[in-house]
Amino acid sequence: MENQLLSIITFLPLVAAIILALFMRGDDAAARQGAKWLALFTTTATFVISLFILFRFDPSNTGFQFVEERQWILGLSYKMGVDGISILFVMLTTFLMPITIWSCWGVETRVKEYMIAFLVLETLMLGVFCALDLVLFYLFFEAGLIPMFLIIGIWGGKDRIYAAFKFFLYTFLGSVLMLVAMIAMYLDAGTTDIVKLLAHDFGHETFSLLGFQVVGGLQTMLFLAFFASFAVKMPMWPVHTWLPDAHVQAPTAGSVVLAAILLKMGGYGFLRFSLPMFPVGSDVMAPLVLWMSAIAIVYTSLVALAQTDMKKLIAYSSVAHMGYVTMGIFAANQQGVDGAIFQMLSHGFISGALFLCVGVIYDRMHTREIDAYGGLVNRMPAYALVFMFFTMANVGLPGTSGFVGEFLTLMGIFQVNTWVAAVAATGVILSAGYALWLYRRVVFGDLIKEALKSITDMDRREKAIFAPLIAMTLILGVYPSLVTDIIGPSVEALVTDYQAAQPADGLALNEGHSE
Amino acid sequence: MTSADFQTLLPEIALAAYAMIALIVAVYTGKDKLAATLVWATAGLFVALALYIGGTGEGERTVFSGLFTDDPFARFAKVTILISAAAVLVMSQDYMTRRELLRFEYPVLAVLAVIGMMVMVSSADLITLYMGLELQSLSLYVVASLRRDSARSSEAGLKYFVLGALSSGLLLYGASLVYGYAGTTQFAGILTTVQDGVPLGLLFGLVFMLAGLAFKVSAAPFHMWTPDVYEGSPTPVTAFFATAPKVAAMALIARLVQDAFGGIPGQWGQVLAALSVASMFLGAVAAIGQRDIKRLMAYSSIAHMGYALIGLCVGTAYGVQATLIYMAIYVTMNVGTFAFILSMERDGRPVSDIAGLNQFAKKEPLKALAMLVLLFSLAGVPPMVGFFGKFYVLKAAVDAGWVWLAVAGAIASVIGAFYYLRVVYFMYFGAEQEPVDSRMAPVQWAMLVGVAAIMVLGVINLFGIEPAAAIAAEALVR
Repeated sequence: MENQLLSIITFLPLVAAIILALFMRGDDAAARQGAKWLALFTTTATFVISLFILFRFDPSNTGFQFVEERQWILGLSYKMGVDGISILFVMLTTFLMPITIWSCWGVETRVKEYMIAFLVLETLMLGVFCALDLVLFYLFFEAGLIPMFLIIGIWGGKDRIYAAFKFFLYTFLGSVLMLVAMIAMYLDAGTTDIVKLLAHDFGHETFSLLGFQVVGGLQTMLFLAFFASFAVKMPMWPVHTWLPDAHVQAPTAGSVVLAAILLKMGGYGFLRFSLPMFPVGSDVMAPLVLWMSAIAIVYTSLVALAQTDMKKLIAYSSVAHMGYVTMGIFAANQQGVDGAIFQMLSHGFISGALFLCVGVIYDRMHTREIDAYGGLVNRMPAYALVFMFFTMANVGLPGTSGFVGEFLTLMGIFQVNTWVAAVAATGVILSAGYALWLYRRVVFGDLIKEALKSITDMDRREKAIFAPLIAMTLILGVYPSLVTDIIGPSVEALVTDYQAAQPADGLALNEGHSE
Repeated sequence: MTSADFQTLLPEIALAAYAMIALIVAVYTGKDKLAATLVWATAGLFVALALYIGGTGEGERTVFSGLFTDDPFARFAKVTILISAAAVLVMSQDYMTRRELLRFEYPVLAVLAVIGMMVMVSSADLITLYMGLELQSLSLYVVASLRRDSARSSEAGLKYFVLGALSSGLLLYGASLVYGYAGTTQFAGILTTVQDGVPLGLLFGLVFMLAGLAFKVSAAPFHMWTPDVYEGSPTPVTAFFATAPKVAAMALIARLVQDAFGGIPGQWGQVLAALSVASMFLGAVAAIGQRDIKRLMAYSSIAHMGYALIGLCVGTAYGVQATLIYMAIYVTMNVGTFAFILSMERDGRPVSDIAGLNQFAKKEPLKALAMLVLLFSLAGVPPMVGFFGKFYVLKAAVDAGWVWLAVAGAIASVIGAFYYLRVVYFMYFGAEQEPVDSRMAPVQWAMLVGVAAIMVLGVINLFGIEPAAAIAAEALVR
């Protein structure tokens, strides 16, 4: 029973989606309400079961737990399991889904299909974090594109078609290169089992390809193929351009899932595949990734300053925050990786909440233009408070979880490359600039716009949605050990193996990690 | 000729006898009264024979002095051909009856074409190969122009005939060269000859034969007839073209290169690889601009043939297995897709304009969902079964060291995804307008929804075709 828990939480939402698709008829108010309640009930049940997994999880064991393995086609296996790195992503997903479902209580068009899309999406996201077989991972990873494509395309804004296609094709191109790399890995190691692949030593002898010396050999090639996929998903500068489009056009709940969970798949991929499986390749490419992250942080923060659309601004801020994550991961030390995971979790709560904040006023005014607002504090005091809290968390105010993530990643990177750290640290100031300026323009000032004079404050449901997010942001901000105790041992094992795998004499082009 | 020889040929003989009896009976009972019955009887016979072939055959036999062979490979291909032909026949009956297209010749010609295909995949001699191929092709030429009073249908038939005759000519010319240099028409004899070195003339013959066969599978650059014929023929006939004959021709290429030229994979591997890459990219790029769903499916099938060829050109047993699985998945997807295309109509007239699907999902959510699954499967997006087909062939390519081919296939699949998504786009996000009607006979509905379910549920174990394909491939590649 215990070994099947992961499969149960993964497929429970799918079962609910099938029930919705087959047995719910009609499109009257009662049917719509029923679909919402069923989705909320299922996602909550999933969360409760996942809590049970969290309590039974043993952090001191750095191996995989709750492992389930079965035969599958093609000599592949259906293998699921979690370790210290993945368990919290599973928790993040199960925690956020009920909130997401609840947040779309106001949707009235094609409700049943909307709920089905989110339930299927939850199954696929959980599958990504639990899969312990390369092809199984790929299957969940890729299939997640379908419901998201539909969510953006059907329930999105004005230019939803363009955004949906851009989202799909960008991420699909990245992923097929990863598929070829996966096949190459299978041939090299003779297995698609992630546990065995983690122990496999991929070749890193320099070879020459079309006249170029490939330092790090096979590992570098494989790293680049995986990088193509995860960097797009993350998204890293300069392949981030799909994200603002997708966010702006997606419905509120779609934005929340996209920012809070889907983006984390890229970071999770780096931690699960790139770093432990291709340590030499990662080390060779680390300087590039670090500088790309630093550029991302500064560049996208500056771009965020110039935005006139609230969602676009937050989307660019997401790219900047993901820059800290990649930076921390490729610092490849305990603080850096701890910080990166922490930053991903905290960004999940904060960015999710920020998109919900935008959703609250969008539902009332049907515009996301910053200029259309101003002086909201006069009519919406509760909203002003919540928005203020998450703005501060986004900036990285000490006491919120945003601070811990940024601080840890900066500390990690400082030990490796002080220049990157210096550039990245300016991002903290810039983020304060765009976030506080946004807040001032929307919330403060006099209420002079006619349209806003009758706006109402948040109702009970909206307040209740934010409560768990505020709680998590605060708790993790003042008591970060809650997270680091769980991820610590696994991260330590990862970092130790990473350092041990580096060749003693060092490789050329390795300035990023010069001792 | 012993009774064992006839025993081996029993399914083909039974079909031939049935075709003749059906022809005579139908002629004597007056115009087309029996046509609907014949369609169902034929489909029933196909399924019965598929069960017979799949259930009873074992081992390998070459009969009629080495002209005809019966092995697991042939049986796998025959079962696929028979079942897909049966499926296409039954789902076209309602469509054709309502449009007064259903003549009794249609099922009879289908039977003859299927006999041709069965002979093709079982051939062990250049003569048998040609006989099977021509029987199949001649029947199909007639079927293409089934709608006699339509200029486009006649044009399709004529175009198909002229280009098909050209390809047969190429094939025959190649076969004569091969015979001239090998001194025998039997595959086994050719195989012995090429093992002691390949004369240049024989190589020419091989290339001509492959060019002729590439016409039949509509691989680029020999694909030109496909979009026109697909568009011009009545839709049920298009569905037939897209399924069984493709399997037969692909199996025939596998049989020819392995049984007759198995010793020299280096010589034909490059040719097939070039065909494969050209087909994948042409199919993917040219389909983007299409407005007609039948033309779109034509380019889609060109691209799919490119993927199937990947498995053949690597020359390993695993590659052949991958191709067999790919083809089985391909025909299943096409049966479902065409079941949908058959149902598209407005005011009782068939529609094949993609824009007609605007907002279809609002009108018919279940059919739209089934079609969505099929389209994503055709695009090769996991977890649909179509992904596993692609995964198999790409894996076979990397396995055999053809990494560049696998990368090319992966890139082409992204380009290809775009046009399948466009259909989804029209169905789900299209401009507000009255969508096409979708009138389906129960059997079409069952095909569409059933195939969609297969595409999703196949992820569990591919319905066990994997071991069957493995046995088939090992029988062929030694």
